[in-house]
Amino acid sequence: MAWTWFHRLGSPPYLYSLAARLTPWFAWPTLVLILGGVYGGLVLAPPDYQQGDGFRIIYVHAPSAWMSLMVYTTMAVAAAAGLIWRIKVAHAVAASCAPIGASFTLCALVTGSLWGAPMWGTYWEWDPRLTFELILLFQYLGYMALRSAFEDLQRADRASAMLAVVGVVNVPIIHYSVIWWNSLHQAPSVMKLAKSDMPATMLIPLLMMFLGFTLFFVTVLLIRLRGEVLTRERSASWIREAVTL
Amino acid sequence: MSDRIASAGDSVAPPVEGGPTVRLRLRAATPLSTALGLTLARDLRLAFRKRGQLVQPLVFFAIVTTLFPLAISPELSRLRDVAPGVLWVAALLSSQLALEFLFRDDAQDGTLEQYALSGQSLTWLLFAKTAAHWLLTGLPLALMAPLAGLSLGVPAAAVPGIVASVAVGSVALSLIGSMGAALTLGVKRSGALLSLLTLPLAMPVLIFGARATELAIKGGSFGAPLQLLGALAVLGLTLAPLATAAGVRINLE
Amino acid sequence: MSGLAEFFDMGGYAAYVWPSYALTLIVVVLNVVWARRLLAKSREEARRRLAMRVGGSES
Repeated sequence: MAWTWFHRLGSPPYLYSLAARLTPWFAWPTLVLILGGVYGGLVLAPPDYQQGDGFRIIYVHAPSAWMSLMVYTTMAVAAAAGLIWRIKVAHAVAASCAPIGASFTLCALVTGSLWGAPMWGTYWEWDPRLTFELILLFQYLGYMALRSAFEDLQRADRASAMLAVVGVVNVPIIHYSVIWWNSLHQAPSVMKLAKSDMPATMLIPLLMMFLGFTLFFVTVLLIRLRGEVLTRERSASWIREAVTL
Repeated sequence: MSDRIASAGDSVAPPVEGGPTVRLRLRAATPLSTALGLTLARDLRLAFRKRGQLVQPLVFFAIVTTLFPLAISPELSRLRDVAPGVLWVAALLSSQLALEFLFRDDAQDGTLEQYALSGQSLTWLLFAKTAAHWLLTGLPLALMAPLAGLSLGVPAAAVPGIVASVAVGSVALSLIGSMGAALTLGVKRSGALLSLLTLPLAMPVLIFGARATELAIKGGSFGAPLQLLGALAVLGLTLAPLATAAGVRINLE
Repeated sequence: MSGLAEFFDMGGYAAYVWPSYALTLIVVVLNVVWARRLLAKSREEARRRLAMRVGGSES
């Protein structure tokens, strides 16, 4: 039973209409969670003992960093699925992920830099986590550049998929970099934060932002996916109904 | 590492106008070691016919290392401090330059297609090409690097360390680069794109290589970063040829 | 009103906190705009192709 549903996902017309129907279900919770998270983070959460109100950047920085890694992983998984099982829609998913991931990687880098400036006294530091996150941005850009270098869509799909899969090694490196090296970052993971004595008013907005950003990713992905599917299915007959409605 | 395709029997390169006339007979029945040896020998022979092309990356390396004393300061004490970085950035850029002719000629005259159809393992054949490429570019670079280092005020005692680190590091760089070269096979003027794809993955090599060189210059033990470089090279040896073959196949379809 | 002024001051970190939030907002909005524009463009292109085909086949 579950497999039928999975196979239907591979069918472009079904995916197109499903994406259209699902978008509001993700969009509204996203809005609520992000607005609530921002309000909680800026207003309700008490100032930090050491960092005062400056720590509030965490509510945009940490979710952005999470996005940069999560989106790349999704992209790599979709790319692998496209390569291994030749699911064309998987390539459409991977292509849709890249711009989203790149923009949030940039956001993570800049907000991190703005956070580090008053706290560590420098706008930038070549510590492992920052360096590898910057490399991740280059990987996103390289992926998009490789895609656009090919005229043949199938080649573009498969070559960029290979690149995405090979490059996924950077994601665990970024994640574990604060454990493997003595770095400026030393930021505990969210799990440790949850177990720590962080008051609920501080923690809950953060979790809301993490969840909200994740749902935001799905929302934007669904919109992009529809566009991708339409472009790829050039002359399929189901398109007439889909676009003239 | 075995991906035999249905054999296409006797495969001989069609004569190319003005192109290389070293033809390779690779049948499915040829033992792997012979095929590898033939491929390696062919690449080396062809490269020596185009000696000018061979020398370019090395000349580039020499020129780039010369730029830094001009731009920074002729004082050897200052240059010694930046020498690890200079040597490695120059080596990295030179190897990028050299990557362009790893697959280019063979892709153009149909040899790569032949390899893919020959019934031999494409992964191994491409590995042989990459090995030849390293012998022609990486190894000479490792031998030139100490000279550049000496010109930057590096003590003579650091020479073995520099040779070792650049030699091992360039192995990793050749393997990483072969993946990028395979992916960008059909792309015209792929130089900048190739660098954009390869450099992110090459950065760990740069980090450890520069660290090993720095320790060698300071007279300390550079075993730890050298081992990490070796680990990266081994990782490259096991994984890169597979990705390279897959990339070439994608572009040949 | 000092409460509001204090809020905007962010304990002295205003120059860092507000640009961070602003940038994040921009990234969020741009993602939505970009995605919707792409979808609209695809739909437009698909409609045009359909019209051409229909127009061509109607002789």
